[in-house]
Amino acid sequence: MMGGSSTKKNMFSRLVPLLTSLARRGLAGWFIAIGLIMVIAIVVMTMLAPWISPHDPSAIEMGPPLSPPSSQFPFGTNKLGQDMLSRVISGGGIMIQVALLSVVICMAGGVPIGLLSSYTGGILDRILCLIMDSIYAFPGLVLAIAIALMLGRGVVNMALSIAVVYVPSYFRVIRSQVLSIKEMAYVEAANAIGAKGHTIVSRYILPNVIPSIIVVATVNFADAILTAAGLTFIGLGVSVDIPDWGYDLTVGRTLLTTRVWWVIAFPGIMVVLLALGFTLMGEGLSELWNPRLEQ
Amino acid sequence: MIEQTNAESHLLTVNGLTVEYWTRRGKIRAVENASFTLDRRETLGVVGESGSGKSTLGLSLIKLVPNPGRIITGDISLEGQNIRRMKDEEMRDVRGRRISYVFQDPMTSLNPVEKIKDHFVELIQTHEPKVSKTQALERANQLFRDVGIQEERINDYPHQLSGGMRQRVMIALALALNPSVVIADEPTTALDVIVQAKILDLLNSLKNRYGMALILITHDLSIVLQRSDKIIVMYAGRIVEYASSVNLYSSTQHPYSQGLLKSIPNIELADQKLEAIEGSPPDLLNPPKGCRFWPRCSFAMPECRTEEPPLFETKKNHLVRCYLYKDETNDQ
Repeated sequence: MMGGSSTKKNMFSRLVPLLTSLARRGLAGWFIAIGLIMVIAIVVMTMLAPWISPHDPSAIEMGPPLSPPSSQFPFGTNKLGQDMLSRVISGGGIMIQVALLSVVICMAGGVPIGLLSSYTGGILDRILCLIMDSIYAFPGLVLAIAIALMLGRGVVNMALSIAVVYVPSYFRVIRSQVLSIKEMAYVEAANAIGAKGHTIVSRYILPNVIPSIIVVATVNFADAILTAAGLTFIGLGVSVDIPDWGYDLTVGRTLLTTRVWWVIAFPGIMVVLLALGFTLMGEGLSELWNPRLEQ
Repeated sequence: MIEQTNAESHLLTVNGLTVEYWTRRGKIRAVENASFTLDRRETLGVVGESGSGKSTLGLSLIKLVPNPGRIITGDISLEGQNIRRMKDEEMRDVRGRRISYVFQDPMTSLNPVEKIKDHFVELIQTHEPKVSKTQALERANQLFRDVGIQEERINDYPHQLSGGMRQRVMIALALALNPSVVIADEPTTALDVIVQAKILDLLNSLKNRYGMALILITHDLSIVLQRSDKIIVMYAGRIVEYASSVNLYSSTQHPYSQGLLKSIPNIELADQKLEAIEGSPPDLLNPPKGCRFWPRCSFAMPECRTEEPPLFETKKNHLVRCYLYKDETNDQ
């Protein structure tokens, strides 16, 4: 415990100057700082869950089922009598892992494919467009379910099935951007100074597409959280006895009409906060990296 | 004798260049049978209205005619080497190093996410990989002094510069590798008149200092008349008049060139009436039979409608594509 607290202190002492330097860079810096704080707070809370949660999040009948928030159960209990506060504290782990992993896989696949296809054009572009459009034509959740069924349970498999659904979004956004950037005078000028194809893609096209990629990534992240929740709900995610906001959300949704608001409100708020944290970071980063907005 | 001289003796020789755009609706001849020469320290003005093929002519010299355009026939030789037979790899070396290009719109010709200095480093290192970053920056600073921008602005992003400054940056980039030919495609259209004159004078003085040849493509005859040594007037893909600028100004021959000259305001003729050329340029998918200009020409004769006139050499350094001058041919 001693070692843990000293590294924590170390991390914290590094974080403060980072945040203050960010705050000095205007609104974009504030966005990043706030987003960063939110995400870090949620991650730390999830990591420390075994020590700070008041009850075992998976133990049933800790109290009377569906009891409203009280001093004993500040967030109430759910249908199985599990303590909602403990479930909220420990339920983020899977979700964060799946969402982050799926965003990374998506970017690693979608960005190079999009750049290659739209820059070279021709038959390759036609074929890739056709494939991407046919993936896009499926409802996202249905496709993710189908792929998750094939791959089986597990964090990586969930992330993979969500990634497949999202690759076409990256592809489309990048393609539409590249098609217009390709015709810009500075790309023509790069050709006229004898620049090679890969230089044009890496130095002229990609840096101009990054802001759009970040925007897609934040939307992707928020959606990945919800899709992950859906997969968990139908039993294709991880095991049901691991506490998960997504699972609580999808189960609690059916109870909302019966005035049992607490089973859905608290995990819902956490999902929103997590998605918001990432969105703020994304917004801030895309603004910070845009040279046109630099003072 | 402008045409058909020995290719070796000129810096740039273009012979019978024809460029077509192969569209779905048919083939468009944007440049047809163009021939001209260019020597060191010479300025060639190429004048014509939109769609006359002047930009296509410029781009074909570095083999960057946009799709679906292609060079059909003709030879382009630069310092005795035939550019048309060069492979892509060799061509890349020509672009930027031996022939550089200044584009029309300085506002979008610079990469918005790169600082100005990175443009220079990239350009110089593309062609001379052994040059270090500091050496490249030193050269860039020298170029900045030459084109008249404060050196510290090299650390700026393109959007932090004004249009005139950006065009100066483009010119500095074009000169960075000391090319033999600089092609400036409407370098001043996007700028206001005062900046326009400054940029053109800058180009001219740098041309002399760096000992290069300049091709100045423009739709405005007035800006090339005093600044170039010879002028090509283009109409609907054809060279209609090719003369030294003195000849073109003192004895304008083609009716189209005359029309262009009459449309330039003259400060000394207070009550001068500016004349416009009636009509509009032809659709190049279905060009008129005979001379391309006859539907708008007030001197049109029956033969103009049936057969296209060749270039008549009316005197030394003066070629004109018009039947009015077929009897004045200067036989030497």
